[in-house]
Amino acid sequence: MSDSREGLPAQRRWMTVLQKVGTPLVSAALAVLVGSIIIWASGYDAGAAFAALFKGSLGGPKQIGDTILRAIPLIFTGLAVGYGFRAGLFNIGAEGQLFLGGLAAAWLGVVLAGLPWIIVVPIMIIASALAGAAWAFIPAILKARIGAHEVITTMMFTYIGRYLVSWLVIGPLKAPGQIPQTVAIPPEAQLPRIQELFSAGTLEALPFLQLGRAHLGIVVAVLMAVLVWVILKYTTLGYENRAVGFNPWASETAGISVQWTTVKALCISGALAGLAGSVEVMGVHHRLFDQFSSGFGFTGIAVALLAKNHPIGVIPAALLFGALSAGAGTMQFEADVPQKIILIIQALVIFFVAAEEIVLWFVRRRQKEAMSHAG
Amino acid sequence: MPVLELREITKVFPGVIANERVSLELEKGEIVALLGENGAGKTTLMNVVYGLLSADGGEILMDGEPAKIKSPRQAIDHGIGMVHQHFMLVEPLTVTENIVLGREPGRLGVIDFKIARERVIEISQRYGLKIDPDARIEDLSVGMQQRVEILKALFQGARVLILDEPTAVLTPQEVRELFGVVRSLVDEGLSVVFITHKLEEVMAVADRIVVMRDGRVVGETRPEDTDEIGLARMMVGRDVVLRVEKPVSTCGDTVLEVSDLHADDERGLEAVKGVSFSVCGGEVVAVAGVSGNGQTELVDCIVGLRRPTGGTMHLKGKDITHASARSSIEAGVSHIPEDRHRRGLVLEFDLAENLILGDHRTPPYSTRGLLHPKAVTTMARKRIDDYDVRTPSEKVIASNLSGGNQQKLVVAREIGRDPELLVAAQPTRGLDVGAIEFVHRQILDERAEGKAVLLVSLELEEVLSLADRILVMYEGRIVREFTADEADEETLGYYMTGGGGVKLDDDARQAGPIESGGDA
Repeated sequence: MSDSREGLPAQRRWMTVLQKVGTPLVSAALAVLVGSIIIWASGYDAGAAFAALFKGSLGGPKQIGDTILRAIPLIFTGLAVGYGFRAGLFNIGAEGQLFLGGLAAAWLGVVLAGLPWIIVVPIMIIASALAGAAWAFIPAILKARIGAHEVITTMMFTYIGRYLVSWLVIGPLKAPGQIPQTVAIPPEAQLPRIQELFSAGTLEALPFLQLGRAHLGIVVAVLMAVLVWVILKYTTLGYENRAVGFNPWASETAGISVQWTTVKALCISGALAGLAGSVEVMGVHHRLFDQFSSGFGFTGIAVALLAKNHPIGVIPAALLFGALSAGAGTMQFEADVPQKIILIIQALVIFFVAAEEIVLWFVRRRQKEAMSHAG
Repeated sequence: MPVLELREITKVFPGVIANERVSLELEKGEIVALLGENGAGKTTLMNVVYGLLSADGGEILMDGEPAKIKSPRQAIDHGIGMVHQHFMLVEPLTVTENIVLGREPGRLGVIDFKIARERVIEISQRYGLKIDPDARIEDLSVGMQQRVEILKALFQGARVLILDEPTAVLTPQEVRELFGVVRSLVDEGLSVVFITHKLEEVMAVADRIVVMRDGRVVGETRPEDTDEIGLARMMVGRDVVLRVEKPVSTCGDTVLEVSDLHADDERGLEAVKGVSFSVCGGEVVAVAGVSGNGQTELVDCIVGLRRPTGGTMHLKGKDITHASARSSIEAGVSHIPEDRHRRGLVLEFDLAENLILGDHRTPPYSTRGLLHPKAVTTMARKRIDDYDVRTPSEKVIASNLSGGNQQKLVVAREIGRDPELLVAAQPTRGLDVGAIEFVHRQILDERAEGKAVLLVSLELEEVLSLADRILVMYEGRIVREFTADEADEETLGYYMTGGGGVKLDDDARQAGPIESGGDA
């Protein structure tokens, strides 16, 4: 008896790590498996499809760069949704906060033209976070004060945000010309591509640095993931956030203001989503237009789910979704499988993560078998 | 041949053996009490029998035949019924609707409520379990709700009835009624497994007593062959002091002063109707009363979770009438909440995280918003040691602890904070004798250190053994005050249930502001 107790901590730690990482991995694998069956049943060559998918997402430095490029906004929105979940809040409106963040960056980038990048870039990043937070603030206050459900309010604010941007790019902020978009931000307000940081010679010598369109936003994204992790684990802010998320009654009893924590959590979530908008503007499009986000705010929900709301886990989860989206084109081009199939695979990943019990059932059965062999 | 036989049941949870080759027999018409501390594996064993958990080894036999029980549905089909600690009733539905739920009589999906109602009445008469078949669950007392659960099991054809800690939520009267019901059930040929950790109940109701400790059966006896001391020793594995001895109170300065306090409950009805009392340092004052007479609201006010609608509260002379929960903690009030799962712990947090809950904003655990994991770990290890929380490490998630250890964790945090006033609401509810003894000792240690303790409890024995003064609360008022040696269970019970109610208002006024060596 005492032996088994002493063996407990190490074993349990191993078990929790396995469960934390194992379930999402198994979920992703199951999604690929079921996805192949669907591709095959639709009359396509599943092998060729996945080969093309792989080639288009990880086949070379340029393709890897493409995967990273698409993962960058998803890291931010995944962090945003995950942080909210940790306080028991479902910020379904990251998309709207992202639009406001993009708007702030696109506007300031032009307004501040002429200033050096060391000043402009931080201002744009901070402003976009504030804009995202501001867009989450009203739903947050409504939640804290009168209990209005954040799923409804943040969603509604997404519509307001999107159409506000639509109107601005065809109206007040429209650049001269036919296309409804804003004026491009100057180079010193942009996040450069990674390969632009190196000389042609270096790139020649180290071809894996030729990461195509991948930009420096990835560095900001990874730093932000680490920062969010530190906040959750090592600050009273994060501690109260988690406490309220798990048990608001016990938190209240311990003198934590549940309302104030709710407001802070939604605003921080909004700030992270706002950052997604700014990196898209600063790193990819360099201007704002109607369709500058392809639903990154919503995909962020899936990323957070897959990462089990863990800030570091958000990075690989976003990379997976980035890879799927990067490889979709190649898959259509080379294996003649419609791009939309990728959406099915994405949905399956979400399905299997959400249906964790199914996956856990597999895992447990294997453990049980292992145990009975051991016994 | 036994109705139910368990052979060498083994159940392993990751890292813990909950049941280790447990064997048990239950004869027809027999009441077996399954006695053991929290975490001894009683409930786990019965959840295996009821199909909620699957055993890792061993077998279950019904009437001598091996029975495969993989779900509650199969258990019910084998004639096994179980009444859980937490009822599983649909509150807005009626008694009849709840009882027939899942096995509704009728055709083509149309429920025949007339037949259903008749069958419920028939069963309730046969076993002498009186109930109104048309009452809504939410309008019933806890004791009546339990009766509905029992009727439901009988309706489903139970021959073996498992009662998991059935008295935990009942008043003394309801407990006596329950024992009567259990007796009439076995007279009708049923067999009952009665899970409990309360010694006097075992002595009162069981035909045979099976004692479990650390997942194993450590002994079997009959009430006539033993006494409470002997049972406690078997259960805990050492000698236990059932009644605490304490020196005479040395009352210091007034710590808590409550005067003419009024407060509403969730529905906006006045629940505390002008309560005045004081607690001084080195004194335990107990509030006794039947559940729902305003004690919860009173406690909520004192710890800052509820705004009083009138009156004042002072802690060491400082006005805390409108203090928030946070400033109440900072002023030196500790609170062992009534419902530890809901208010006492964050079950998903590890033990260290739970131990700083409420203190997480203050040094040494954090400065300027940054937590100091080292200080937290050091403190957590010390508290776990000092308060004998049984755990392999402070990194264990709180939900993995047994109920007793969870309560010890709350006690460790709240007393470890070294408060001026300790408000302990039902501090030993659901605990076994070993843990009760421990919590009682901690409360008396606080008293010996000159701290003030306000104890709210439904357990009269606890009130009588710990308190220096006892305030009886009835319908939102303090109707009577006793010193420890004036009171006994009968008298307390009389006033708790509204005895002397004719003069209620006079009594309330007489028992009004109570001087206890402090200023008024």
